[in-house]
Amino acid sequence: MATATADAVAQEGRGLYRALAWRRILIIVGFAIALALSFTIDIAWGPARYALMDVASAIVSPGSVSDKIRVVVWDIRMPMALMAIVTGACLSLAGAQMQTILANPLASPFTLGISAAASFGAAIAIVAGVSIIPFATNFMVPVNAFVMALVATLIIHFISQARGVTVQTVVLLGIALVFTFNALLAFLQYVASEQALQSVVFWTMGSLTKATWEKIWITTAVLVFALPLFARHAWALTAIRLGEDKAASFGVNVRRIRLETMLIVALLAAVPVSFVGTIGFVGLVGPHVARMLVGEDQRFFLPTSIMAGALLLSATSVVSKSILPGVVFPIGIITALVGVPFFFSLILSNVRRSW
Amino acid sequence: MVTIALEDIGAYYGRRLTVSGITTPTFSSGEIVAVIGPNAAGKSTLFKRMAGLLHGPGMVHVEGSEKGKRAISYMPQDTSANAVLTVYESILLARKQGSGWKVSDEDLALIDGVMNAIDITDIAFRNLGELSGGQRQLVGIAQTLVREPDILLMDEPTSALDLHRQMEVLDFMQQVARERSMIVFIAIHDLNQAMRFADRALVIERGSLKGVGATSEVITQQLLRDVYRIDARIEPCSRGQLQIIVDSVAKGADLSSGSATKAA
Repeated sequence: MATATADAVAQEGRGLYRALAWRRILIIVGFAIALALSFTIDIAWGPARYALMDVASAIVSPGSVSDKIRVVVWDIRMPMALMAIVTGACLSLAGAQMQTILANPLASPFTLGISAAASFGAAIAIVAGVSIIPFATNFMVPVNAFVMALVATLIIHFISQARGVTVQTVVLLGIALVFTFNALLAFLQYVASEQALQSVVFWTMGSLTKATWEKIWITTAVLVFALPLFARHAWALTAIRLGEDKAASFGVNVRRIRLETMLIVALLAAVPVSFVGTIGFVGLVGPHVARMLVGEDQRFFLPTSIMAGALLLSATSVVSKSILPGVVFPIGIITALVGVPFFFSLILSNVRRSW
Repeated sequence: MVTIALEDIGAYYGRRLTVSGITTPTFSSGEIVAVIGPNAAGKSTLFKRMAGLLHGPGMVHVEGSEKGKRAISYMPQDTSANAVLTVYESILLARKQGSGWKVSDEDLALIDGVMNAIDITDIAFRNLGELSGGQRQLVGIAQTLVREPDILLMDEPTSALDLHRQMEVLDFMQQVARERSMIVFIAIHDLNQAMRFADRALVIERGSLKGVGATSEVITQQLLRDVYRIDARIEPCSRGQLQIIVDSVAKGADLSSGSATKAA
């Protein structure tokens, strides 16, 4: 076969692969541009209508505009817009890796009960003032959320490893976890004081209005911490999608990578939830969009999932301000309204098919 | 020259020792070794143990290889992956395990070469989910070859292939074994193919070794009766190639036991 045509064919394969890789990089760049656009609109748009020029000058030289505009832009809109991006990125990344590790297209922090667990953990802190880890009283809410998210993650992790457990079993287990933690949360709400109750209820809806600069930094730090850990295992994580046996035959330590990934997922899911409340379905939809566009080579799948999640939540943030003039809807309500039909379509489509 | 020999090898599946006491003579570069035996005899388990994917007693002696852990490569039977990856990407990722993100021209040249050799360039940019069973097996073979192992353990690589593809793949593996000085172990059910392509055969039944040696010496009427529970003749065809002609299920053979129950 070592003829000139064979060489030409071989050459062609290489060239086609390079072209494919470039196309995927372009898609990621496209997402970055769209995200920048969405972020700009998110800042320019809000219940208080300001001219675009005023907002722009508030950003470029905060000293030159009135205090009111400065406060609206820098202390309200900017934190909300940034929080939308980092939260979307974290949740989508968590969902992407859950789907990879569990080989389950329906997996995401929200659908498998990790968000509900985190909510419950945070509610313990808000209602009872109890920190699960004794010394962490300053960051009681996120730490509690993380601990409970970790518990839920580990339950899913170990049960999904058992023999004969199917994709559907894990989803049902997730639903059971959602019910359990929601019931526990309801119990806490029942015994909560009036003030604590209000804070818990508002926060189970998921709203970016709780964003502060400190929360943004912490969430970003979690994202920055997780990324290199995933990036280091990019080839191995991709191989896991070919099946456990195959990945192992490539020399991948499947068990260790699974556990490590799930621990990071718990962190990625818990921290944003503890700050802005339960925002569902971003972690489900983001990775699916990424997978459709760039496939599952993690070198492209990871950044695209992050971008897709960030863009989804950023765009939803704009939508949440646009439905009724002067009203900012809790973002969690909107993502749920959009996400539920998507979730349905995934369940109804044949799960065994390529996804 | 690379050699491999097994010394009192056993393998745990969970807590059960499913394969035990397997000791072989030394196999060396260029050899094709057929690993035969009924379904569920322990062929895959033995392969996984040899590749270090399962624990167990005994020693796998590999000599003359400079590749360390990568010397032995196992190609699993199950190829039902539904990942959203093109064939090309799935082969690339087999090659790049344990290395950095950057894909060099050498990597791609190697992949192109292997895809060309097993004639799957036409499906290079199809998604794995769209492939037929036979195509998946060819992709699996490519994934194993780009890892450039010294010793290759192939778990029923031809079971989903039509006759033409079977011949093509086995011919190719024979050629690869000779040209790249590899030792190729092939778990295979078609004993006629085993006799045709393998230099030596290793017979496993219920987790232990039933025989090892030159294929024509190992695959005998007696073996077919004892291990496979069939009455058969082994006769040369008009061109002198030995062929198994199955006459009937051996009288008194217990169909409900191990060999006949589990479908492949």
